[in-house]
Amino acid sequence: MALLEIEDLRVHFNTRDGVVRAVDGVSLTLDRHETLGIVGESGSGKSVTALTVMGLTRLPNAVVEGRVLLDGVDLLALPLHELRRIRGSRVAMVFQDPMSSLHPLYKVGWQIVEAIRAHGDVPKDVARRRAVQALADVGIPSPAERMDSYPHELSGGMRQRAMIAMALVLDPDVLIADEPTTALDVTVQAQILDVIRRLQAERGAAVALITHDLGVVAETADQLAVMYAGRVVERGPLATVLDAPEHPYTWGLLQSIPRLEAGPQRLQPIAGTPPSLIHVPSGCSFHPRCPYAFALCPEIVPPLVLSQPGHDVACHLPPAKRQAIGRRLRSEDDASGGLAAG
Amino acid sequence: MSVHVETEASRRPSPGGPPGGLAAAQRALAGVLGSSMLRYVVRRILWGIVLLFVVSGLTFLIFYAFPAADPAALRAGRQATPQLIEQIRHSLGLDKPVYDQYWLYMKGLVLHFDLGYSYENNVSVTSQILSRLPATIALTAGAFVVWMLVGIPVGILSAIKRRSVVDRTTMGASLLAISAPVYWLGLIALLLFSQDIGELHFLPGAGSYTPLTSDPTQWFFSLLMPWFVLAAAFAAFYARMVRGNLIDVLGEDYIRTARAKGLSERRVILRHGLRAALTPVVTMAGLDLGVLLGGAILTETVFNIPGVGRYAYDSIINSDLPAIQGTVLFGAFFIIVANIVVDVLYAFLDPRVRY
Repeated sequence: MALLEIEDLRVHFNTRDGVVRAVDGVSLTLDRHETLGIVGESGSGKSVTALTVMGLTRLPNAVVEGRVLLDGVDLLALPLHELRRIRGSRVAMVFQDPMSSLHPLYKVGWQIVEAIRAHGDVPKDVARRRAVQALADVGIPSPAERMDSYPHELSGGMRQRAMIAMALVLDPDVLIADEPTTALDVTVQAQILDVIRRLQAERGAAVALITHDLGVVAETADQLAVMYAGRVVERGPLATVLDAPEHPYTWGLLQSIPRLEAGPQRLQPIAGTPPSLIHVPSGCSFHPRCPYAFALCPEIVPPLVLSQPGHDVACHLPPAKRQAIGRRLRSEDDASGGLAAG
Repeated sequence: MSVHVETEASRRPSPGGPPGGLAAAQRALAGVLGSSMLRYVVRRILWGIVLLFVVSGLTFLIFYAFPAADPAALRAGRQATPQLIEQIRHSLGLDKPVYDQYWLYMKGLVLHFDLGYSYENNVSVTSQILSRLPATIALTAGAFVVWMLVGIPVGILSAIKRRSVVDRTTMGASLLAISAPVYWLGLIALLLFSQDIGELHFLPGAGSYTPLTSDPTQWFFSLLMPWFVLAAAFAAFYARMVRGNLIDVLGEDYIRTARAKGLSERRVILRHGLRAALTPVVTMAGLDLGVLLGGAILTETVFNIPGVGRYAYDSIINSDLPAIQGTVLFGAFFIIVANIVVDVLYAFLDPRVRY
C-alpha cells in the first residue's frame, strides 16, 4: 500500500452555469521519498485534486466522490475536526503566490509558530525555536531576525521559502506544492526547487509537485502524471514519459516548450483551447484538439491502461502506433536539443 | 548543496543592540519617536490647523459677507430705529471691513478660544458649546458602543452563514434601518416607548435628559432610546460593511493557507479573517465618531437633548451667526482630529502602511 492513494476521485461543482467537472476520475499513488509531478494546462484539475486531498474543497456546492487514502485512512470520509489534525501535520501544502498566501498583517514567525501550536501544546519559546530552525532549514539568512518581518518586507523568493518552512515545520509525510515557483523569477525558481529537493532527501517526505511547466517537473520529479480536463491521460516514471510519450496531449505539451536552440519556428502550440469543464467533449475530451483523432475518439472515453510496465496511457490509438509517433517526435526533438536531457 | 540567498531580503538595516525582546522594544520606540512616524503626525497636525483656518475663512465669508438677514436688525428687535440698528452694528463691529472682522474673530479664537458672543442672548459661544459637549459625548459614545456591539457580530454571522435565512433576514432588516431617517425612527420610538406619549410608557421621553453628574440612573434611561435610534442606521451599515469585507477576506489565499495549517474554523475566521476585515471598519468608525462628536443634530433635536447638535439647530433657527459659525468650526475640528487619529491608527493596524 502506498502512502497516499487517490482512487477514482471525482470533484464536481454545482454552479449557476451548470456542473463543473473539475476532477473526473483521477487515480494516483505517491510514496515516501517519491516526487510525483502533476502537469497540465490551467483548468485540468491539478489544483482541485490537491485541494481535495487537503479537504479544502469541502464546499456547499461541491460533490466529492472516490477515496483519498493516507496510510489506508480515507481522508474524504473524515469529519472536519479529525481532518484538521492531518492538515499541516501529516499533509502540508505550499501555494502558488507567496505574497497572497501569507497573512499580510502577521509576522512571518508568528504564522509559523501558530502552525506548530495548532498541532500540539508546545510552549511558545520552544515553538519559536523550532520556527527559527525551520527558516534556517529553507536557507533564509539571519532567520531569528526574519521571524519578526512582515511578509511584505521579504522578497518573493524569501516569502516562498517562508511558506515552505511553514509547511515543513511539522515534518509532514506528504508535501503538496501547487505551482510553487510560478510566481517567481526564473533564477529564484531553481533555488526553491532546490530547497524542496534537499529537504525531501533529508526527511523522506512524499512530494506532489503540481505545475504547468514541464521544465520544473523534468528537474524534480520521479513520477509524472499528465492531466487533461479533469482526467489523468498519461502516467509513468518521469524518464519513460518524457523519452517515449504515448499520449497526443503529452506530445503537444512537449512540443510547445520554447527552446533557445530551436528558434521560434519550431514552437508548435496545441491547436484549440482547453475545453470548458461544464461542457466537456464526449469520449476522449482531447479529441477536438487531437490531430490523430478517429471515429472511436468522440464516442468512448479511453480508459487509463497499462501500455508498458509502469506506464499507463488513456488513448484509443494502437500502442504500436503511439509508440512509433512518440519516438519519432522525440528524436526530432533530440536533434534540436531536447528537454529530456535536462 | 549550496543555497543561494536573495539580497533584497536583508535590505532592512538591523541596528545593533541588546538581544531579545528589549532590543525589539527599543527599536519600536526609536521607530516611533526618531523617524517617520512622529514627523508624519506633526505634519498631519499642522495641515489640520491650516485646514481649520480655511474652514473658518469659508464659513466667515458665507455667514458674514453674504448674510441672509442683517444681524444688527435681528439684534435690535421689532421696533428698532435706524439709529439703534446703526449703534448695534457699530458695537458688534459689523461696520468694519470684512477682513478686519475676520482678523478680530480669529484673534479672539486663537488667543482665547473665543468664538464670539451669541446674538441671541449675549452668552459666550465657547462656553455654550463646552457646557453642551457632555451630552453630545454621552449620546455619541453610547450609540457607538451599541452599533459596534450589534453591527460587528451580525456582520460576522451573515458572512459565515452566507445566503442562509439568518443572512437574508439581517441584511434585509439592515437595509430598512439604513433607509429609515433618524427623525422618523426617533418619533416612532417615542410614540412606542416614551412615558408621556408612548404606547408602552416605560422609557423617559423627549426632553428628559439629565446630566450624568446629577442622576446617573436617570441619565442612563433618558439616553437609552436615543442611543438605539442613533445607532440603528450605523449598526446596519457596519453589519453590511463587516459582512462584505469578511466575505472578501475569506476568499483570500491566506485564509486557505490558514485552513491548510490545520487551524480550527473559529480561529481561521476570527484571527485571520476578521483581523483583516476590521481594519477598514476601524477607519470608518473613527471618522463617524468625529462627525457625531461635532453634534448629532437630528437625534439631539428629536429627543431634545441639550447637546452641541441641538445648539447648532437652535442657532440656525434663530439666525444666531456667531453660534452657527462656532458649531461649524467645532464640528470641523472633531472631523479633522478624527482623520488624523484614524490615519495614525491605520499605520499601527496595517504594517504595510508607510508614510
